[in-house]
Amino acid sequence: MPTPFQILLHNFNYVCYVVLLMIGLHAMITKRNLIKKLIGMSVFSTAIILFYVSIGVNNGGDMLAGHDGRPVGNIPVLEHGIGHDAITHPETIDPRRYANPLPHVLMLTAIVVGVATLGVALAITQRVFQDYGTLEEDEILAQLNNPQENDD
Amino acid sequence: MIWQFDTLLLVLLIVAAVISLRIKDLLAASVVFGIYSFLMCLLWAVMAAVDVAFTEAAVGAGVSTLFMIATVYQTTRRSSD
Repeated sequence: MPTPFQILLHNFNYVCYVVLLMIGLHAMITKRNLIKKLIGMSVFSTAIILFYVSIGVNNGGDMLAGHDGRPVGNIPVLEHGIGHDAITHPETIDPRRYANPLPHVLMLTAIVVGVATLGVALAITQRVFQDYGTLEEDEILAQLNNPQENDD
Repeated sequence: MIWQFDTLLLVLLIVAAVISLRIKDLLAASVVFGIYSFLMCLLWAVMAAVDVAFTEAAVGAGVSTLFMIATVYQTTRRSSD
C-alpha cells in the first residue's frame, strides 16, 4: 500500500502540471497589471496542453520493454522503407512502438488558438492604454467610477 | 523519456513561470516568458511530440513574445506587481 507521498512522487510530472495550472490561475485572479494577467493566461493554457501531450507518451509499458530489442516510444513518423509496405501490409506497423499522435494533433490547434487569443487580448490592452493611460486594473476601475476625471 | 531530464525541465519551467510573473519590469517579464516557452518546447521534444515542439518554438516562443514586446513598447514598461 503506497503512501500518498509515494503516489505524489511517482506522479511527479502531474504534480508539476497542477502547480503550473495554479500559478496561472493565481496570476489571472490576483495580478492587477493587464499584461501580467495575460502571461498568467498563457501559463494556464500551456499547462493544460502539457497535460494532454503527456497522455500520449509511450514508455513501453511493462510488456513491451525490450520486447524484440527495438526501441519503444518513438516519434510517430514512419521509418524509411516501411512507408511503402504500410499501404499493402498495414499489419507491419506496430502502433505500440510509437507515441500516440492524436493528442499532438489536437494540441497543435490549441497552441495556435492560444496565440491568437493572446494577440487579440494584447491589441485590446493597447486600446485600453490609449484611453486610460494605464495598465493597472484598479486605476482603470477608479477612472471608470469617476467619469469627470476621465477628460479625454 | 529520460526522467532526470524531464524532472529538471519541469522544475526550470515552474521557476521560469514564477520569475516571469513576479518581476516588475514588463519587458523582462516578456523575455522570461519567451524562455518559459522554449523550455516547454524542449519538454515536448523529449515527449516525442516534435510537431508540437516546433510549432511551440515558432508560434509560442517566437510570435507571442514578439507580440508582448511590441505591446510593451506601445504602452509602458512599469508594473505595480
